[in-house]
Amino acid sequence: MPESAGRIPVPRGMPSISLRRRITDRLMTGVAVLTVLLVLTPLIAIFGYLIYRGVVSINWAFLTQTPKPVGEPGGGMANSIVGSVYILGIASIIGVPFGIGAGIYLAEFGRNRFGSVVRFTADVLNGVPSIVTGIVGYSIVVLYQRHFSALAGGVALAIMMVPTITRTTEEMLLLVPQAMREAAYGLGVPRWRTTLSITLRTATAGIITGVMLAFARVAGETAPLLFTAFGNQFWSLRYDQPMAALPLQIYVYANSPYDDWHRQAWAGAFVLIVLIVTAVAAVRYVVRRGTFGAA
Amino acid sequence: MTACGLAILGVLVLIVYQLVSRSSLSWHAFGFKFFASSEWDPVNEQFGALPFIYGTLVSSFLALAIAVPLAVGVAVFTTEMCPAALRGGLSFFVELLAAIPSVIYGLWALFVLVPLLSAYVQPFLAKTMGWTGLFTGPPYGIGMLAAGVVLAIMIVPIISSITREVLLVVPQHQREGVLALGATRWEMIWVGVLRNARAGIVGGIILGLGRALGETMAVTMVIGNRPEIAKSLFAPGYTMASVLANEFSEATGDTYLSALIEIGLALFVVTIIVNALAQLLVWTVTRGQPARGHA
Repeated sequence: MPESAGRIPVPRGMPSISLRRRITDRLMTGVAVLTVLLVLTPLIAIFGYLIYRGVVSINWAFLTQTPKPVGEPGGGMANSIVGSVYILGIASIIGVPFGIGAGIYLAEFGRNRFGSVVRFTADVLNGVPSIVTGIVGYSIVVLYQRHFSALAGGVALAIMMVPTITRTTEEMLLLVPQAMREAAYGLGVPRWRTTLSITLRTATAGIITGVMLAFARVAGETAPLLFTAFGNQFWSLRYDQPMAALPLQIYVYANSPYDDWHRQAWAGAFVLIVLIVTAVAAVRYVVRRGTFGAA
Repeated sequence: MTACGLAILGVLVLIVYQLVSRSSLSWHAFGFKFFASSEWDPVNEQFGALPFIYGTLVSSFLALAIAVPLAVGVAVFTTEMCPAALRGGLSFFVELLAAIPSVIYGLWALFVLVPLLSAYVQPFLAKTMGWTGLFTGPPYGIGMLAAGVVLAIMIVPIISSITREVLLVVPQHQREGVLALGATRWEMIWVGVLRNARAGIVGGIILGLGRALGETMAVTMVIGNRPEIAKSLFAPGYTMASVLANEFSEATGDTYLSALIEIGLALFVVTIIVNALAQLLVWTVTRGQPARGHA
């Protein structure tokens, strides 16, 4: 199939090909290589700076203390790290069941017009700007609670997680061979039972992949949290109170005029990227091993 | 399960309902003039969104102008030119760019890219292309140009991964046919591959545009946040997403909040249309592809 595209023998130096055409060919190959280098440069630069500025800034205080008042050096982002995990937890509790449920619906029962509508809606929801999700979180939670809260942040992030989980769950379930379903039906197992204990179980690894991808995607989101979770300088583990989050704290510190806060912003960014890259790498590892589609 | 499928539709309806109902105040007060006036005066409750619309459009199209050639080049290189051993690693690295959170792009841009722009790139542009009027004014670094460059880095992985997907769907015999006519490799790519994949590539570009329009954090951190319409790309600007990020949680007064939500609604509608268009284009090209195919 197309994967072998690069292996076509290219007739180099055939006498019938004019010099101009040969030069164009070489030139465009060079341009393509150049674009790759240009794209990889910022990637290397970003990771380089994260390590160069971030690693040296991480110390025990950074990981265990809460922010110091303005102007006082020291302090850390412990409450933000915990807050991020907390908000992501709320988002997962709300978003994961819905996402998986909708994915099951699309894969097992969605072979009709309504299914296509849902599929298209999920793809469109995927493109909703994250700041708009923040507005929704604000208007359905904050306005009723009358103050910012971790719950509102969780709701906003959950809305962002659902479409990703739905689409990957559907794809993974479709990879389960039809014969397995038929075998279950043949034994007289009802349809819901087949879905639950045969199809779903076979696709578990793949579905977890999807959930992790969605998790990694929203873990670094800042915009939806700006006016939902809002941020907090102190420890708070209450779902109905404002809560600190790592991306928020990075944003605030980066925009501040203090060198020490810039240093901490880099350290926070490093912690955040380590969390996300670990998740993505783990996902790739699982996918490589081809754990899904066990048959 | 059908309920979960319905919930996806429900979320979309909820978003639309919330945005429409909460922005009605501003809609009744300003009508269509809201999108044509460039007056943004919270104190006297006069609101016009034109500078934000202008900033969003200019920064996004600037980003496209930089990103499209790079992304297509990378996709062509990975599918048609590069040795098979490099292919997996290269696409992994480009995908990694997509996994970096927006706030980290902003952090990097603020402390690394902006100083570079103001010290080297902007003086150079002003000297060589200043006569166009696009590159005049003091080279602060922060401004429309910086926003465009950051956005470009962020949307390259989206455009290139979709382009790659589309290129892989081009049938192998197209390539062989063109090569058999004596074409060089570049002519084969140009005539046999890129021309066939046009619609899908355009779909990928539009999807990148959708992302750029709604991008918030990185842009907010480098664009300068001043609601003015200036011809020069060195001048600070403001986008729809960044005005929401900056002013939403501090908005006092119902009209102010309502005006901000109306900006959110406009942003939502535009990105939905852009994304739906892109989905349709990509679907028409990749239809029947095994990855998305029905089991």
